[in-house]
Amino acid sequence: MDTRSVRQYGPPGKVPDDMGNDQHHSETTLRVNGKPHTLTVDHRRVLLDLLREDLGLTGAKKGCDHGQCGACTVLVDGRRLNSCLLFAVALDGCDVTTVEGLAGDGEEPHPLQRAFLERDAFQCGYCTPGQICSAVGVLAEAAAGHPSHVTDPGAPSGQPVPLDRDEIRERLSGNLCRCGAYPRIAEAVEDVIP
Amino acid sequence: MKEFAYVRAGSVEEATSAYASHAGARYLGGGTNLVDLMKLGVETPAALIDVTRLPLDAVEELPDGGLRIGAMVRNSDLAAHPLVRDRYPALSQAVLAGASGQLRNAATTGGNLLQRTRCPYFQDLSKPCNKREPGSGCGARDGVHRDHAVLGHSAHCIATHPSDMAVALAALDGRVELYGPEGARRVAAADFHRLPGDRPEQDTEIRPGELVTGVVLPAASAGLPSAYRKARDRASYAFALASVAVVLRVADGVVGHAGLAFGALAHRPWRARRAEEALLGAAPTRAAFEHAVDLELSAARPLRDNAYKVPLARNLAVDVLSRLTDTALTRRAS
Amino acid sequence: MTGSVGAPAERREGREKVSGTARYAAEYHVPGRAQAWPVPAAVARGRVTGVDTAAALTVPGVLAVLTHENAPRLREPDDATLAVLQDPRVPHRGWFVALVVAETLEAARAGAAAVRVAYDAEGHDVALTASHPGLYVPEEANAGAPGLREQGDPDGAFDSAAARVDVVYRVPPLHNHPMEPHASTARWEDGRLTVHTSSQGTNAVRAALAGLFGLPEERIVVTAEHVGGGFGSKGTPRPDVVLAAMAARQTGRPVTVSLPRRYLPAVVGHRAPTLHRLRLGADEDGHLSSLTHEVGTHTSRIKEFVEHAAVPARVMYAAPHRRTVHRVAALDVPSPSWMRAPGEAPGMYALESAMDELATELDMDPIELRVRNEPDVEPDSGLPFSSRHLVECLREGARRFGWAGRDPRPGTRREGPLLRGTGVAAATYPVMVGPSTAAARALPDGTYLVRVNATDIGTGARTVLAQVGADALGVPLERVRIEIGSSELPSAPLAGGSSGTASWGWAVHEACARLARRLAEHTGPLPEQGVEARADTTGTADAESERARHAFGAHFAEVAVDTVSGEVRVGRLLGVYAAGRVLNARTGRSQFVGGMTMGLGMALTEGSTMDAAFGDFTESDLASYHVPVHADVGEIEAHWLDEDDPWLNPMGSKGIGEIGIVGTAAAIGNAVHHATGVRFRELPLTPDRVLTGMLGARA
Repeated sequence: MDTRSVRQYGPPGKVPDDMGNDQHHSETTLRVNGKPHTLTVDHRRVLLDLLREDLGLTGAKKGCDHGQCGACTVLVDGRRLNSCLLFAVALDGCDVTTVEGLAGDGEEPHPLQRAFLERDAFQCGYCTPGQICSAVGVLAEAAAGHPSHVTDPGAPSGQPVPLDRDEIRERLSGNLCRCGAYPRIAEAVEDVIP
Repeated sequence: MKEFAYVRAGSVEEATSAYASHAGARYLGGGTNLVDLMKLGVETPAALIDVTRLPLDAVEELPDGGLRIGAMVRNSDLAAHPLVRDRYPALSQAVLAGASGQLRNAATTGGNLLQRTRCPYFQDLSKPCNKREPGSGCGARDGVHRDHAVLGHSAHCIATHPSDMAVALAALDGRVELYGPEGARRVAAADFHRLPGDRPEQDTEIRPGELVTGVVLPAASAGLPSAYRKARDRASYAFALASVAVVLRVADGVVGHAGLAFGALAHRPWRARRAEEALLGAAPTRAAFEHAVDLELSAARPLRDNAYKVPLARNLAVDVLSRLTDTALTRRAS
Repeated sequence: MTGSVGAPAERREGREKVSGTARYAAEYHVPGRAQAWPVPAAVARGRVTGVDTAAALTVPGVLAVLTHENAPRLREPDDATLAVLQDPRVPHRGWFVALVVAETLEAARAGAAAVRVAYDAEGHDVALTASHPGLYVPEEANAGAPGLREQGDPDGAFDSAAARVDVVYRVPPLHNHPMEPHASTARWEDGRLTVHTSSQGTNAVRAALAGLFGLPEERIVVTAEHVGGGFGSKGTPRPDVVLAAMAARQTGRPVTVSLPRRYLPAVVGHRAPTLHRLRLGADEDGHLSSLTHEVGTHTSRIKEFVEHAAVPARVMYAAPHRRTVHRVAALDVPSPSWMRAPGEAPGMYALESAMDELATELDMDPIELRVRNEPDVEPDSGLPFSSRHLVECLREGARRFGWAGRDPRPGTRREGPLLRGTGVAAATYPVMVGPSTAAARALPDGTYLVRVNATDIGTGARTVLAQVGADALGVPLERVRIEIGSSELPSAPLAGGSSGTASWGWAVHEACARLARRLAEHTGPLPEQGVEARADTTGTADAESERARHAFGAHFAEVAVDTVSGEVRVGRLLGVYAAGRVLNARTGRSQFVGGMTMGLGMALTEGSTMDAAFGDFTESDLASYHVPVHADVGEIEAHWLDEDDPWLNPMGSKGIGEIGIVGTAAAIGNAVHHATGVRFRELPLTPDRVLTGMLGARA
């Protein structure tokens, strides 16, 4: 049992129902890294803060809190998103994967995590979980035929897009790294391209 | 951020009636701008009507050959859709030139249109801004305004509209579908956003309670020769300093149709009607392009620190017009 | 020696970082923890006349609002930026005037929005100009550098020189913006204070807190296990840690203060803007006769910090007549501070751009010009160099980059809309080292434990210090465990000034070498608690050197300038460094490349604008302050020469965290000139400037 899942301080001055719901709070269920969590959330709570404060999953980082750095990137229903801009209440029923859940149940890290280690694709580590989750999303998007700003407009639509260095750079540009590990990150992503 | 009520709408009607029954309500789409502004205290809704699960998430071909894009289609899905890429390349390119992969995965078509300016004075509650707080003044006019408008600005507001997508929609003669208390209506995309005048708080022609339900593009089953180009401070993930969307059809050695719109120059995507008129029937030469674009940009009134936008926009437009012409010529030759 | 040093050992904390389990300062889930949100001042100069907290206190979940009227009294700090909520004075816009403590982040933010502050605003002056009447020559600039140095007759020598360059450059204010915002979690228990903070050195934080709260240092524990970057902005304690400790004391709860990104530009330092005037006089063969570098900059009203940008001109080139001077004006601006290679980064941008201009003036290869001005001794001090391989870096870089055969004519390599060019610049950074302590213990299980209060801000300190220890002990690397990042450990200086590894490593080396000797004398099994040796390098590491000690480097850049948009793209950056011995090839390379990337930002994308009307930096978030993104960064190569320098430290290292940024901006700027034929003298080289410059040149 996950004892942390309902850790919250009830706001004084409100009369919640049995579930703690009132007009500013709602019960919300999310699957996070495969585990269901049902919480009564303050409507203002964004997914990033829910992960970090309520579930103790601090892998997703808060770099800017405004969708401008990518450090909070997680996968929601398989798509990479900035978790700082998602109200948790609006995600009821969604499936969330964070950096902590990428490896699955096994001991072995995800191939991207392994590649980041081997390439020394980080320094301070603060942007790293976001870079890795974003890269997972990039691989899926390219395979699904999503073009990018640098994709040749003449490339056939609906076909997988090969990820060369320029494609990787453009697609990961929503993830800032102030330590300047960019070349290594691009190499690490190249390492795992099937 | 103040506390707010949350309502998840299951249908368009449910959404508009929930909006009507909650004072101070706002529709919540992808949230990439609204949540940002709520954190800043610029937006203080008492209730959010979540419209992300409305059945408005399809891109579909219309019987007349046009395309209807649901308001909840995410930007990344819009840009990747084969019909959009093949027939309206400027739209796909414009969307992909904006924001980041993560933001495009969240942002919706409707929300993209309704995003607010990124003027730093608008975003800072401690400074005057007529758009945020009518009558408080404009901090940018005498402040830092390198990124601000050169066309159509007013004494009250010099902000620009930040969307890339909307610029392409304006050039492509798109129309915005709305549904509200008075029913459904359509507004030309080029007229959807307003100039600031003396009411800069009003970004668009949308009426209280109205919801953007989709965008309609005119028939183009053969594909519209079009392109989008943007200049920015870094190679990706930055708002435009200037941008241009161009639709160009050349037939029998003359311009048969031209749609031209600028981004980041004004409070709205700037449909360049004067340039288009000048181009119509002209031979597609560089000189003709320069003449037409200069005609349009002669209306520019740069501020102290943003005069560069005029030659930048001119260069971008002439470049895209020339490239589209070259492509058309190459295509015909082959 | 077992040869651990120099090996590309994998980062010890790497698995934690890639799996998301590495914990940063705001991530300590202490039971009952509250969150706090500061309120920044909305005037640039004046006094707070009243803080109305009534509305904030009714916000559900708000526990307390701290203001200058009710916050715990602090003793006067040495660093005036830490005297938060002590008086009603507002020294600059963004200065914190209140702090809301609440049960949740949401409540803290809502509470902060509800605080009403009234001010008595005064007129402010935030605009630095070259002729500002407030400019004065300080006794000392940053790092103890003299404000003014003059030798010979620089004006006379300049006037009579055959070739002359007299130019001005401007580097805008810049912001460090580490990815982890400044954050601290504090709690008080039985009169003891425990703090987790995001800092480049926790001994300094502990000392500051002890002073502020009047506590003996033994009652304070400060840890910084993982730090999400700093680049100088976390080199000194910042308001977050003081506020967290105050709020925790006031509320009796553990409190986290994680500063919102938008508030950072005003309260955690910035690289001050610098206005440079360079006058270079040379003979027809390019030998400098006169070198004058004058720097104008700003500081705040509460702290004198002088960006020592004229200092590298005291190190770089032989010129008999020279003047290097700093002038600073105290304005109503946020307090500037360290940002990666303070002094050297902006100073070398200007000096190395001017050298390129002189080479053009002389019609001489810019590498050759630098070679001809290579000094025998450090020009300013007259001291011999401990080692100086600048010429070798330039030559090796030229070879790797393919410099030979370069057509020097500017503005001639056109490919469609693009103009291509290449540029070169030199780099230098001083060797700094401070006294440190360390302990090493041999345990009965055959492992060794090294303890030192080093801080890993991303440099790989854990890894490289273990390598140093393993070699000094003569044991395999995997047998050495290392503990860093807590003031409970043997005290050590901060990670800053590219001095961390040298300072900590010296003490680790000494402790391990001493332990090895002790073990050699030891017979029989080790006692249960093991055998320990300690070291303290006070008096050794900080001893005055008889040599001038600097690292050197050469930067090469290849750019493409779009004549349609004015956009500049850097296709290739190459650096060659002579920085003593590189102790870990893997993490070392990452540091060089990281510095070069920040230099690329300085050249092309980064800049903060001081808003004269409002007195703050307009670019307050990461959407408007343009840190380079992936797409900005093309191929980057970092190489280094093996340097054997006996005048450094037992490892023979010079420090590598900063030199990567130093010459990068000049190399890019010089390449842009080579591409376009236009000389740009103000950073960053954004499309507005570049396009306007190219159009102006054409007209």
